[in-house]
Order: sequence, then C-alpha cells, then structure tokens
Amino acid sequence: MTLGLINANPVVHAKRERVARTDDPHADDAVDPLDVFDSVRDIRDPEHPYSLEQLSVLSEESITVDEKLGRIQITFTPTVQHCSMAAVIGLCLRVKLMQSFPPHFKVDINVSPGSHAEEESVNKQLNDKERVAAALENPNLRQLVEECLYSSEL
Amino acid sequence: MSDVDLATGNSSLKEIHKLVGHTDRVWHLAWNPVSGSNGLPPTLASCSGDKTARIWQEGPSGSWDCMAVLEDAHNRTVRSCSWSPCGKLLATASFDATTAIWQHVGSDFECVATLEGHENEVKSVAWNPSGSLIATCSRDKSVWIWEIQPGNEFECVAVLQGHTQDVKMVQWHPNLDVLVSVSYDNSIKVWTEDGDLDDWHCVQTLAEASSGHSSTVWSLSFNSDGDRMVTCSDDLTIKVWDTSENPSQMFGEENGPWFHRCTLSGYHDRAVFSVNWSREGIIASGAADDAICLFHEAKDYLANGPSYKLILKKEKAHAMDVNSVQWNPKEPSILASASDDGTVKLWKLTAVPENVS
Repeated sequence: MTLGLINANPVVHAKRERVARTDDPHADDAVDPLDVFDSVRDIRDPEHPYSLEQLSVLSEESITVDEKLGRIQITFTPTVQHCSMAAVIGLCLRVKLMQSFPPHFKVDINVSPGSHAEEESVNKQLNDKERVAAALENPNLRQLVEECLYSSEL
Repeated sequence: MSDVDLATGNSSLKEIHKLVGHTDRVWHLAWNPVSGSNGLPPTLASCSGDKTARIWQEGPSGSWDCMAVLEDAHNRTVRSCSWSPCGKLLATASFDATTAIWQHVGSDFECVATLEGHENEVKSVAWNPSGSLIATCSRDKSVWIWEIQPGNEFECVAVLQGHTQDVKMVQWHPNLDVLVSVSYDNSIKVWTEDGDLDDWHCVQTLAEASSGHSSTVWSLSFNSDGDRMVTCSDDLTIKVWDTSENPSQMFGEENGPWFHRCTLSGYHDRAVFSVNWSREGIIASGAADDAICLFHEAKDYLANGPSYKLILKKEKAHAMDVNSVQWNPKEPSILASASDDGTVKLWKLTAVPENVS
C-alpha cells in the first residue's frame, strides 16, 4: 500500500504495567477510561510491529468517558505530523470500540491538537459516520484494519 | 388542523409502530407519494447498511408489515431511496456507485434499470416533480442528472461540478426544475437549467460567508410552497432559507433568491442528520443525539421577520443515531424515523400548535 514507510524510525516506549483489576471490569455497566484504554492499547500500528501504546499514540490520559451521557472521547497522537495512517488508526479505534462497548456509546475520535498537519480535515473525516461506513466496506481498508486489530499479540 | 393547542403547548409525539427487519443501520426513508389514497395503503420504503431496501405497508387491521425486500441489486450499503411522483418506481442509491430503479410488478419489485457512472459511493437520489428527471450525487463530488426515456432507459444529460467535497444529498424544488445539493464542503448549491438545452448551472452557493453552515451539511427539505427550505448540519444547527423578498430570481443568472432567514441552535448536541418539512409547516429534525425535535413558525414576528420555535423534543426517540425523519405526505401528523439501531419507527403527533393570527 505504501512505497516507503511514513515514519521509518519510530520511538518505541515500554508498555505500561497492566493494572490487575480486582473486579471484573464488565461486572457492572460502568465504563471508565482504563476499560477503554485496555481495549485499544494493543492495536498494532498500521506500519510497525508495535502497539499504539508502545508508540505512545495514545494513553489512558488521552481518553475520557462520560458514563452518564454515554460518550467516549479518544485523542491520539500520530508518530509524525504528516501521518497518512491517521485515518486507518482512527478506523481501527472505532471498530475496536464498536466491538467492545455497548452500541449506545457515542464515540468521538480526534488527533491531539497540533499533532497533525491536516488536523481539521483528519478530524472531520474520522467523525463522518458515512465516510467511516463506506471505508469499512472497502475490502482493502477492512483487511488492513483487521490486521491491526487481530495481530496484536506481537 | 382543528385539534391544535398552542396556548397549552399540549403536543406529544407517540410511538405507534416499530418496524423491525433490517439487520444493519437504517439510513433513509421515503413515503410512497400516492399511497394512502385510491385504495393503496400507506407505504414506506427504507434502506440500510444490510444492502437491502424494504417496503413496508399498513395492513387492513392497522398493523405494519414488510411486503417486500429489495435485494441482490446492490453489493454495498443502500444509502438513499426515492419514489417517482407516480409511486410506481423506486430508485435506490448505493455505496456500490450505482443507482437501481425498481418497478412494482404485481406484488413484487423488479430491478428494471441500473444507473452507472459515478466513480464511487452514491449518497442520495431524488426524482423531480414531473417524474422526468432523476438527480444523484456522490463522494466523487459531482451531481448527475438523468432523463427518463421510454422503455426504462435512463440517459445522463448533465454532470454538475462545483462542490469541492462529497455531495451528501440532492433534493428538487416541489414544483420547479430547481435542484439543491448539500455537501461535506459545508455549502448548499442551487442549480437550474438554462432554457431547454440540458445546460445546468449553479445559480447560488450558500456558504459559511452567507450565514451558512460551518461544517458538513447533511440534509435539506423544502416547505410545500417551495418558497423556503431548511438545512441541517454537523455544526449542530438547523437553518431556514427564504425566497420571499426576491422570488423572481429563482432562475437568475448570477444570484439566486435564497437568503438566510434564521438559525435554530442549541436543540441538538450532536450532528443533525435529517430535516423534513411537513405539509402543515412543521419541521422535524433527527440527530446523532438519538432525539427528534419538532419546530413551527412563531407568529410573534420579530423585527427581522419570522422565527421558528421548538414544539417538542423527543429524547431517546431511538436507541442510537436518528438518520432520517420523514412526514407522511397524506397524513401530516404521522412521522417516520430511521436509526442506526436498525429500526424504523412511526410516530403520531397528537396535537399541533394552531396558527395564531
């Protein structure tokens, strides 16, 4: 799909230690940012054999949850400012959240402020549900997303 | 209407039917315009991410049943549907880049034509008031106008370029061959034909600078007279546009007649996907906040003209985003809504504000 890597030398960080949760996080209906982070931290970067967590694309702190209103907001930080993979990362996050949390949750996904050269247009595209639906019907994109989601055991 | 009570604000929107059958989100709805009279029961078409369209009809006992599933013509999402004015043909637009034409033959719907030409997803389809033309629009940024020829042949007579991003919806004026398109580029464009030459051009662009929307415009609807239209947007607002000060410019060369009348904001807190103007003058809106709002014109004229007021807000009208709201053209107290939750609902507005003189 790409002729050369967008970011050939990403900085790789250690994975954070997993918090052993004493209770089953899904025992009640409450969703918190750590639940969300746990569901997306192992998504593989579209370009590199590292997880989004290892590349510091996102963290627990970049996630907010409003349980009462049913809102999940994620901001992520592409590894480089002109990252053409931002749309794919956004799709991966959206698909993973759709699979992991009740369908009534409203999900907003944005790149963190200043992290992308085309910030406004990337954010608009990531949150246009018609474009998202069409992208997920594209076999090539769908396959790329599935690879990022399911080859997470690295 | 007689059972109307503005003074007490005594209106309610009651769910009367829930139509279950689609296996994915329902994107759009269209009432058959001739149904509900001449022995044809009220009939509604819906289309879905499950790649089908469904035809729903009211039975003799008042129940609603799915009378047909239109499948195998599209291999991706069916995004939009539109009946011909005679109610005999249904057009369905799909992410597979085609538009299918279905004919009601006996109890079945047969796909009698496929309109091909757009480069990618077709997002909306609309029949003109005389039934002679179809407009389609696409992610390829263009609007196509198709002429209906004898024998179910459809010929593209114009390709309208002007939008800089996906075109989300097209809609015809209720009694003139004036077409309006709305787009991801935040603008609304008005198109007319130059004489009889199949020479279509844009006569007006309503962008943010003309008090327009600041994000994707998702939908538009004309009032029954065609002298006003309403649009809704990802910017969370609904805008009413008016022609009353210069109606003769409808076919103008340079400046179309539309000007910004008012903006309704603060009613939905997520993207507004659908607006529809009833024959009785009530605007319905459906949004990503799962709610439906109804508005009517307030008669206490402000210095700058008429304004619109909220009649009611139906919170949690659906379990997920509301993608389409459509008033029944024959029975204007009946509203249909479609949602990401896969259902279609029929609502009855039990009392409406009267026109206070």
